[in-house]
Amino acid sequence: MKLDKIKKGQTCRIVSIPSQDIRTQVIRFGIAEGELVCCAEIVPAGPVIIRKNRQEIAFGRSLAKQIDVVLN
Amino acid sequence: MSGCHDANTMEDLPPCSKKIVLAGNPNAGKSVVFNFLTGMYVDVSNYPGTTLDISSGRLGGDVVIDTPGVYGISSFNDEERIARDIILTADIVINVVNAVYLERDLFLTQQIIDTGVPVIVALNMIDEVEKQGLRIDVQKLEEIMGVIVIPTVAVLKKGLVELKNAIPSAHSGNITPNLPCKLKEISMATGSQAEALLIIEGDQAVACRNCLQTESFREEVYLLRRKHVNEIINQTVFETGKGSTFSTTLGRMMIKPLTGIPILAVILWVLYEVIGIVIAGNVVGFTEGTVMQGIYEPAVRMAVGYVVPLDSWLGIILTGEFGVLTMTFSYVLGLLLPLVAGFYLFLSLFEDSGYLPRIATLVDRLLVGIGLNGRAIIPMILGFGCVTMASITTRLLSTEREKRIAIFLLGLVIPCSAQLAVIAAIIGSIGISYAALYGLVIFCVLVIVGTLLNILLPGNPTDLLIDLPPLRLPRIGNVLHKTFTKSYAFTKEAVPLFAVGALIISVFQLTGILLFLQKMMAPLTVGCLNLPRETATAFIMGIVRRDFGVAGLNGMHLSPVDGLVSIITITLFVPCIASILVIFKERGKKEATIMWGGTWVIAFTVGGIVAQVFSAAKNISHGKIMVALVFIGMSIITIIFSTVFHRLKAVKCLRRVES
Repeated sequence: MKLDKIKKGQTCRIVSIPSQDIRTQVIRFGIAEGELVCCAEIVPAGPVIIRKNRQEIAFGRSLAKQIDVVLN
Repeated sequence: MSGCHDANTMEDLPPCSKKIVLAGNPNAGKSVVFNFLTGMYVDVSNYPGTTLDISSGRLGGDVVIDTPGVYGISSFNDEERIARDIILTADIVINVVNAVYLERDLFLTQQIIDTGVPVIVALNMIDEVEKQGLRIDVQKLEEIMGVIVIPTVAVLKKGLVELKNAIPSAHSGNITPNLPCKLKEISMATGSQAEALLIIEGDQAVACRNCLQTESFREEVYLLRRKHVNEIINQTVFETGKGSTFSTTLGRMMIKPLTGIPILAVILWVLYEVIGIVIAGNVVGFTEGTVMQGIYEPAVRMAVGYVVPLDSWLGIILTGEFGVLTMTFSYVLGLLLPLVAGFYLFLSLFEDSGYLPRIATLVDRLLVGIGLNGRAIIPMILGFGCVTMASITTRLLSTEREKRIAIFLLGLVIPCSAQLAVIAAIIGSIGISYAALYGLVIFCVLVIVGTLLNILLPGNPTDLLIDLPPLRLPRIGNVLHKTFTKSYAFTKEAVPLFAVGALIISVFQLTGILLFLQKMMAPLTVGCLNLPRETATAFIMGIVRRDFGVAGLNGMHLSPVDGLVSIITITLFVPCIASILVIFKERGKKEATIMWGGTWVIAFTVGGIVAQVFSAAKNISHGKIMVALVFIGMSIITIIFSTVFHRLKAVKCLRRVES
């Protein structure tokens, strides 16, 4: 499923991120393909906020639609 | 202050001096450490872009250079390119990291260590670690990374002396294990491990200057480094308990529209109360009325009167209605300074608390509609401080298209602090309903123009991807320091500009040019905007500085409707000379000229619509409702048009793919 379908509080594993540019940027923030992350918050129709340990990143909605995840 | 290239070739550098470079993620506290080491002032700022000017200073015989806050040195933007170039030529790097956010910050640390340069790590904000329910094994951290690690609390100057003393013993650390063997091969060719590293990470510019092809190991190297950093974290950071959850909860509330919008509204209301009512009313009443007009101006007139007659042309230029000695100082010190200081105080609080990226997340959805993403809110908000400075920070946006839209909207709809201050003062005198109407009209113009630009410019908005730093209580010393230095910078810049402006207007007045220009502009000011002819002076002054224009209106005793029309027009009207120059520099002659012309047309069109609707209305309150309806209506039509346009575009795209 895609990241935009996740619900608040759910944990998922990131399967794939489409663009190399985005992949390298999120690696620097601490999140990579294959890692377990938690959905900290969802802004209605807006960004999805992903949390790994204490690091939080906001993904714009249309970006979240392109990220493949599996629920844990 | 010196640019990055100057920094590399500092001429008066003693032959054996070392180049000490400060590096770190945004908001890690580099600038505070820099101030301590060099004793020289540098602006303490949260956002990349605002510290784009590189500061350098001396520490004994050595030179210390500050770099912009970055997450890595990978040429993703200007800041990273600048940081990269400075770090590559450093003798020692002091890497300031946020102890609470090691997972994020150590990525840069490890990248710097991988370049082979000697590194010292300042483990900053160590006092926050315990509050967050964490414990860090500093010794173990030193051992794994192979570099000196010194716990610090930079704002309280804790650990900084130890940091300074450790500089001579800095050494290279342990590089990420299992880096591709290609690294060694290229190191031989370039003679530098650092350059080789960036080449295998696919850095075009570094490869180019070594006459080599880039290698595509970026992701592989990044993943190895990430894995290594995660390993370091696992061995050195321990959760001891729950830590404070209040800031986490509040941080979340700021992002969700249901709670975030009311929080933003309350903050804006407090802003209005403090600046529009308390400062604009009481404080300015004292500084402008009592001090400047009551004591300063008569004193100046008396002093000048001894030398030249006050009604001579020199007397009028110096102390007349637009006197260089009277108006300049009364406006800048009496009227603007208290208001501007108030705005900078709030801006510094926003920056220091970590609220800005949360606003970006909250408003992302809205900005996508005007071709931007949430990140664009940062230059927009900074624009309320100073449009000129904010125009430079549009560099943090990722595409030319976004920079183009953002900079145009910034010049058009965002009033700068000085201007906003006077607007607040005018609104304070005409009432809250006009304030709401003013906000509504400006907001609708933002929506309409942004939506149209999103349709007209080729391409699509890019997606938001932003790091949410911890929400924290602003450090009051830091906030006051920032407010003070920014207000001081404003005064220093405003006084000569106002003096020149006052001089020009006085000369125009004495030679009759002013009357001529007023007549020339009469069809616009009197005919279209229904304003007294004298307001033309305010518009002419507004080209020099926008707040100058509004300040001119402030003394005119306009009716509430006239006041509303003029502040709307002046807000949309061309930005000040300094921002126009920056816009020309950032966007090029052709584009900037179109933008400049566009703001003239839009300002008078919108002002004209408001004025004409009021004059067509039966009474004032009927007029208010009509104006609101007209602008809301126009926005809705634009949005519908845009939706239809994007649907059609999507269908066309689909058809092309299918065929």
